Parts: sequence; C-alpha cells; structure tokens
Amino acid sequence: MNKTVRVALVALLCVGAAACSKKQEVKPQAPAPEPVAQTQAPESDGKYTPADLDTDACLRQRVVYFDFDKTEIKPEFQQIMACHAKYLQDRPSAHIRLEGNTDERGTREYNLGLGERRANAVSSALQANGGSASQLEVISYGKEKPVCREHNEDCWSKNRRAEIVYTAQ
Amino acid sequence: MIKPMRKFSSRLALALLAVAALLAGPAAAQSLNVDIVGGVKTATPIVVVPFAQAGGAPLPTDVADVIRNDFNRSGKFRSLAKSDIVEFPSRGADIKFPTWRLMKQDYITVGRISDAGNGAVRIEYELWDVNKQQSLLAQAFTAPTGDLRGVAHQIADQIYQKITGVRGAFWTRIAYITAVGLGNNTTYSLIVADSDGYNPQVVARSKESLLSPAWSPDGKKIAYVSFESGNSSIYVQDITTGSRQLIAAHPRGINGAPAWSPDGSKLAVALSYVGNLELFSLDVASRHETRLTNNLAIDTEPVWAPDGQSIYFTSDRSGRPQIYQVSAGGGSAERVTFQGQNNADPAVSYDGKQIAMVQGNGNVYRIAVMDRSLGGQVRFLSPGSLDFSPSWAPNASMLLYGATEGPRSVLYAVSADGMVRQRLALADGDVSDPAWGPYRQQ
Repeated sequence: MNKTVRVALVALLCVGAAACSKKQEVKPQAPAPEPVAQTQAPESDGKYTPADLDTDACLRQRVVYFDFDKTEIKPEFQQIMACHAKYLQDRPSAHIRLEGNTDERGTREYNLGLGERRANAVSSALQANGGSASQLEVISYGKEKPVCREHNEDCWSKNRRAEIVYTAQ
Repeated sequence: MIKPMRKFSSRLALALLAVAALLAGPAAAQSLNVDIVGGVKTATPIVVVPFAQAGGAPLPTDVADVIRNDFNRSGKFRSLAKSDIVEFPSRGADIKFPTWRLMKQDYITVGRISDAGNGAVRIEYELWDVNKQQSLLAQAFTAPTGDLRGVAHQIADQIYQKITGVRGAFWTRIAYITAVGLGNNTTYSLIVADSDGYNPQVVARSKESLLSPAWSPDGKKIAYVSFESGNSSIYVQDITTGSRQLIAAHPRGINGAPAWSPDGSKLAVALSYVGNLELFSLDVASRHETRLTNNLAIDTEPVWAPDGQSIYFTSDRSGRPQIYQVSAGGGSAERVTFQGQNNADPAVSYDGKQIAMVQGNGNVYRIAVMDRSLGGQVRFLSPGSLDFSPSWAPNASMLLYGATEGPRSVLYAVSADGMVRQRLALADGDVSDPAWGPYRQQ
C-alpha cells in the first residue's frame, strides 16, 4: 500500500468518525438565516420594488430567531434587518407588522410580554437601519402560535421568533 | 352552534363568530374525563351508604357516589368503596355500629330520597360518629332532579366542615379554556363547570386564543383575555346572561392578565400601550386607570392580596421572572421570591398566607407553594415538567393547575398536601388556564 492510499483511507475514516461523533454531540441550534447571496442589484434606480419581496434572497427572509428568554437580535440577523429597513425607506407606503412569539416554557401572560419585547427589538433594529416608526406595528402572541409543538429544544428554538409580516407592500 | 365557515373570508367569519358568542346562552360543552390518582393512608375513613330511593323514576345522579368522590379527591377523607359496603341503612336508627367499627370506619353517612312532586325530590341525610354512636348532622334539601349533583356537593361541604372545622368547597365552580382542532381550525372556548369537572357549559367561543379567566368575587362574572379582534383585549362576561363588556382594548400593545380586587370594584391588568408592559388598576365602573408600576421590565400576572391592600405580580426586573408585591395604590415593589431560577403567575390563598406559583428550574416547571409565615421555603405540589396556572380552591384545601402531557395539556386538582390528584382531560383537545371560583350563595 503506498503512502497516498493510506492517507486517503485515514481521511475517509476520519470523515466517518466525525460524522458519527457529530451525530451524538450535535447541539440543537436556533435556526440560522439562509446565507444571503450578494443581493441582486435592485431596479435601475437602486430601489426595491414589491416584486423583490418574492425574489430577493434577503427580503424573502422574514423570521428572526432568539435565544431562550433573550430579546437581543443576533449578529446573523443584522443583514435581514438592513434589507427590510431599506425596503421601508424605498417604499414609504409599505407597512410591517412584527409578530413576537416565544417557546412554551414559562407562563402565558409572561410570554406575551417576552414576545412583545422581541417584536420591539426587531422594530428598533429596523428603525436603527433607517425604517420609520410609522411603518411599523408590533403585536405579541406569546406562546399562543407555535410553529412546532414538541417539547424539546429543537422545537423551542423554532418558536422563539419574531415574524416580519408585510401588511402593505 | 358553530357551523363550519371555511368558505367565508376569515375576517367575516371572525365577525360572525363574535356575534354568535354574544348571542349564545349557556351551551353544554364537551365533557371532561375525570380520574382520581393516588390516595392517603392517613385520611379519615368514612362510609357513605347509597341513598335509599322511595319510589319514582330512576334518578340521573347517584348522590352517594358524588359525595364519595368529593371526599376522596380532598385528601382529607378516604371513603369506603361502594363495592365494600355490606349493609344499607338509610336512617340513623337502622345503623348497626359494630359492623362499621369492624370495618374501621370513623364516620357514616346515610340518606334517603323521596319524590317531592313537579320533578323535584326531597333528600334527607344524617352523619353519625361510628365510635361514639352519636348523631352529628341531620339535614334535608328539596331540589329538581337535574340539580342532584349540586345537592350532593352541598352535603359533602356540610360533612367536611362538621368534621374538619373548615368550610367545604365542593359546591363551587371552575373555569378553564379548551382548544379543540388544529392550526387555523382551532376553536377556543371559555368553559364553566362544577368543581369536579361535571356539567361543563360554554361561556364564550373564539377562533383565536382565549386566556386568563378570572372570577369576580360574587361568582357572577368572568374577566378574560381574547385575541378575537386580532390583538389581545380584556372582556368581562356575565356567565348567566352571556352579556359582556369590553374592558380594555388599547390598539397598541398587550391588554392582559385581569385580576379582580376582593371587593369586585377594580381589575388589576397588565397593559403595554405606554411602551412597556406595566400594571394598572382599572376601576370597573368608570374605567379610570391608575398606573401601579413604572419599570423597564415585564410586569404582569397581578393578583390581589385578600385584604385588597397589595398586589402580587410577576416581574423580570432582576433578570429572570420573580414574584413581587406592590401596594394597591402603586409605588415601589418588594421582591417576594428568592428560591428557584424563576417564579411566575402567583396565586394567593384566601387567608393570604400561602402563595402558589410556577417555579422553573432548567426545563422543569412545577407548582410551588410558599408559606409566607415560614420564610422563603417552598414545597412542590406538582411533578412537572411543564405545569402552569395554579389556582386555589376558596378554602385552600385543594389547588387546580394545568399540566402538559405529550401533545396535550390537561388539568389537575391536587389536595393541598399534594397526596391526591384528580386529572381532568378532554378526549380530543387541550384544557388550560384553570380558575377556581368563589363559594356559591344558596
């Protein structure tokens, strides 16, 4: 067996081992945004149009996920904040409803408060990026509207979210 | 009453449902399945002999059965199983005391039911001390046959008070929320039932979440939160007439967590139209709002101390949710809980001494009780792992709470010593947000 083949075999084993151990160690992680390919150049004047809501890789992402009992917007969602804020700037008649949600842990009324805080955090981030307060409204559903109903972190991480809903484009 | 409305636009359907909810009188709701779990060896043994019936059509209710179940779930009494009852006296003079002494029974209840005409019956019962061979109680009721369960609960209350010295709370009602169906086809109902889960009646229905029912002190009205308009709003509904008032519906922010003052004149609520979730005291008649808290934290889940002088509530001003207490007029708040990672949703016993709450440690949420006269120590009344919404019986002998079991949420009524648990579940839906009503007036 020559050296090259041996190295290749070792590498294959490593891959197999890594795959196995990864399976055991994998920690549930909050869903991350899809990697955003460089935003396609919008219309010729550089402004977003309603059509971009369906086609633009960044604008299509409308869910911001949070850590347990936390309301800070994680760095990986900053780009989404920026593109939606730009849309609001480009389209002064556009309007967004921010819907705050939580996982099932904790009491119903406390979670209403927590969901509102998350939606408010997104509202603040959109305003910091140039969106106008008059284009934004906030509502909290607390833990009333889960997207996943199992009792585990994987599920909880999907429910700890704020949704960006365009009520006017 | 609710017909499928899939074809309508959702907004129209919502509007129609809201009207339907307003027009609907009390309607029978889906029954809860009731199971009693556990038992207490030290509980007082008592036999309730099946009540003799003199003539007439068979009755819809076995009165002795209802009384036996009340005793068993209280944790204070252990009633002899119906199948172990060997003699059937119906009046004191017929009781052979040696038989019951041999069976180690401390007390015996006997009774008889006779036709009183016009669909009513006369129910007489006696309570005897087996060892002293002494009569303790002898009472009679006249009631429609449809109300026999109510009479049975009143008999259980009288016996409970005679033996324990504490007023019984079996003849009371509970409120809770059910959710049946999946996703956008879920129907939420506010239900009122007897304390043992029987006779469920629909008070309100909605296609959007209902939560946080709270009984008025006179037991005539329930305040609750509804999302039927899109955002949360607080309503007060008369449970007999079905008429309801919109109490708080600020278009901006949360309108939640209503709690009646002991005199019924005010509602403590949590509102966030001011920019942050804060507690307010709302005068029910004038709707005048008094702000009670002013803090960047989440302040919610208020509940009044029985003397009406202060309000307990949940706040995360120290980082995680904990229980605080503030004067009923507002001002600075004092932290009450220091044990456990987080504590929320307080419920105060009638004497103000015991505070039940949801305590979370890691991913385990259990009902904890803190005795205010014993410092900060808590005892746990529920096993977890996702238990919520504690609510005391008016005599604090039992506590209702919600629990999560697999995909379902169910209710439990647990004796104050934590030894006996009664499970209340819906065959095909979720039950949550239990609220134990006040004593009823005869």
